[in-house]
Amino acid sequence: MPLYYTEDQAMLADTVTGFMADAGGIKQQLRHFRDMDCKDGFGHALWKQFAEMGLTGMLAEEADGGLAMGHVEAGIVLKEIGRNLTPSPFLTTSVMGITALSGGSDDLRGRWLPGVIAGDSVLAIAIDESPKHRPERIAARAEKAGNGFRLSGSKAFVVQGASADAIIVAARTSGSDSDDDGITLFAVPKDASGISHENLRLVDSAMASNITFDNVELDGDCVIGDVDGGRALLNKVLNAGRIGAAAELTGVGQGAFDITTAYLKTRKQFGKLIGEFQALQHRAAHLYSELEIATAAVIKAQQLLDGGSEKAELMVSVAKAKAARTCNLAVREGVQMHGGVGMTDEYDIGLYMKRDRSLSEFMGDQYYHAERVARLNGY
Amino acid sequence: MSDLDGFRQEIRDWLEANCPAEMREPARDEADICWGGRNFKFKNPAQKAWLEACVAKGYTVPDWPEAYGGAGMSPAQAKIWREECARIGARPPLSSFGIWMLGPALLKFGTEEQKVHYLGEIARGEIRWCQGYSEPGSGSDLVSLQTFGEDRGDHWVVNGQKIWTSYADKADWIFCLVRTDKANTYQGISFLLFDMATPGVTTKPIKLISGNSPFCETFFDDVKVPKHQIVGQLNRGWDVAKYLLGHEREMISGAGGGDRMNAIGAVVARNGLDDPILRAELAMFDVDALAYAAMGEKFLDEAKVGKAHPAQPNMMKYVGTELNKRRHELLMAAGGSTALEWDSERTNGGTPARSWLRTKANSIEGGTSEVMLNVVAKRILELPGA
Ligand SMILES: Cc1cc2nc3c(=O)[nH]c(=O)nc-3n(C[C@H](O)[C@H](O)[C@H](O)COP(=O)(O)OP(=O)(O)OC[C@H]3O[C@@H](n4cnc5c(N)ncnc54)[C@H](O)[C@@H]3O)c2cc1C
Repeated sequence: MPLYYTEDQAMLADTVTGFMADAGGIKQQLRHFRDMDCKDGFGHALWKQFAEMGLTGMLAEEADGGLAMGHVEAGIVLKEIGRNLTPSPFLTTSVMGITALSGGSDDLRGRWLPGVIAGDSVLAIAIDESPKHRPERIAARAEKAGNGFRLSGSKAFVVQGASADAIIVAARTSGSDSDDDGITLFAVPKDASGISHENLRLVDSAMASNITFDNVELDGDCVIGDVDGGRALLNKVLNAGRIGAAAELTGVGQGAFDITTAYLKTRKQFGKLIGEFQALQHRAAHLYSELEIATAAVIKAQQLLDGGSEKAELMVSVAKAKAARTCNLAVREGVQMHGGVGMTDEYDIGLYMKRDRSLSEFMGDQYYHAERVARLNGY
Repeated sequence: MSDLDGFRQEIRDWLEANCPAEMREPARDEADICWGGRNFKFKNPAQKAWLEACVAKGYTVPDWPEAYGGAGMSPAQAKIWREECARIGARPPLSSFGIWMLGPALLKFGTEEQKVHYLGEIARGEIRWCQGYSEPGSGSDLVSLQTFGEDRGDHWVVNGQKIWTSYADKADWIFCLVRTDKANTYQGISFLLFDMATPGVTTKPIKLISGNSPFCETFFDDVKVPKHQIVGQLNRGWDVAKYLLGHEREMISGAGGGDRMNAIGAVVARNGLDDPILRAELAMFDVDALAYAAMGEKFLDEAKVGKAHPAQPNMMKYVGTELNKRRHELLMAAGGSTALEWDSERTNGGTPARSWLRTKANSIEGGTSEVMLNVVAKRILELPGA
């Protein structure tokens, strides 16, 4: 398969680019909800518009009311979300959440998917338990209790966790903390008793919750897929989240790059446009190169994932690491090349820097993924 | 799709039957590469057999038209050919400036007669070409070149000096930039082809830091070049030269495939890797190399359907060569004192050290990294005054 968009994908990209720039722009969305101190960190009206555009259920099967598209298509949406810094539950709900639920029973999908696809509900993903992404270790426990389970433990950095209608939780149903086996995924309804949130605002104005589960009673229907055999599904969810975050990062990087090169073409010093200085030209050209490479790595990984290739795992980590390194370079260079105004809240470039930091951390940073590349390559 | 699957099987079977085992290992050094040409000495019978088998099928230049010695493969078929060769580790049967540089320029600018004649010779490995661009005073600022061709009716008489002419002492013919109008800078250069055996051509090898002498000073002293040996129009050689540079840069970038894009951590680890910081650097390198490989693949896919930015090879040359230099720095660090050996047998005559030194030229030859960044700033980013 050639590494560029098919005609259908190019059409989708056109539509989504226009939609996100209009409806998801920085002023209407990010700044608006930040300045009103919104406890969700995103706007429900826009989420409803995502649904009307058919974006919420892109990855769901047609039988479930979705569009049965793949990671390339989801990545198209995420890239535009990144470019516009649009706060939205798309990555956690429509990409990771739907990937998780797709491994669940008819009943479970019937319970949650219609609301998600209609843009009425939101899902959150609770995997990590420490400030760094370490999904190999899962200590939160769900003990068998009657027909169901009793869940106890804590989860960190659950994006939009306090706003979610259901929280997808990876918990241990057997074995010890670092075992591969013994993991089970649950779809935990938000009103289950024993859940407490520490709802925090992050550097990029997104909301994330540190959640404590204290003997939360779950009936057996909350289980997604197999009891104790959830690691494979968890990996699928992780891959979806990682490549999704990588796609979004390329959008953030591209957005930062575009406003920076535009600035180089308008700001004058020493009687010249600053873009005439070779020192800045070379740095901009270097950044361009890195962005092209990150973009290619991302689409390669998306295609491999969509094709079910065994090489997908490695390439997803390559893509996440590369996208994170590159986007980080883009925002750092962006602020520097703006000079003093780059440090002001009035200019958008600083917002890109904040988003980059947050997204880099999400589902494993460049160091985690480089380490993973080493291990997957056998060293 | 099934057509292509059939094609893949056909290539697989053919490779199985025709690619000798010795040719399924990476070339260890310069002497392992088959350059072809009048004076080429095959290193072993396998190298000769592999070349001949490929020539017979047009596989030395799989995507050139059959009329010019190629196999007429479509872009999708050529991709399969590359993938299948890579799968068994088959070496390129023939490497040459004719294939990488002159060929594409002739396909675009050559007359039908020139194509049939010169491309056929290149495809069959009969003539080895060298590149006469750089001069002592004209490196990055190539357009300032002074070698002059005086019009004598049916021929030019060329005088001047080139430098850094790779393999000038081994090449049969040269493609050469010659000033044919002193009053015009860009539009005063012609692209000429001539035999290195023409009276008045002399070469003097230059020794490199790697200890090898792959390139020369090349002198032209009243060299007669018949008028029909011009490619493109008189005084419009710069267009041909630039087009050729695009292909040269794409080739040097390594983005078309080959070991420049491979991860190296696993290879290093086979000999033991007990330094966690080095391991981390290798992992970061592997991330960059594998991502770069995806970009190379994407570029080739896009180029075939006209979606790639024409200046993209400049970007790839910059990144690919900087990456290759980093690769060899890491390989040297991993090799420790063994990699320092200059002529020992176990290093095959100092291959690690010599290769490492050779890579330093990657970001100079074919246009320096700084010049590549200038071109990206100007042609792709359209920055002011670039
Ligand atoms: C191994 C090898 C093989 C070669 N083979 C051939 C060959 O076969 N045929 C051939 O014709 N030539 C060949 N060359 C020559 C090569 O193309 C030139 O060396 C190259 O173009 C640079 O020119 P220069 O050496 O004169 O360096 P210079 O142009 O003098 O550059 C010196 C330094 O100044 C920098 N610089 C120059 N201009 C600028 C600018 N505008 N902005 C910023 N920095 C600048 C350069 O980047 C470099 O760092 C080969 C070179 C090497 C090393």
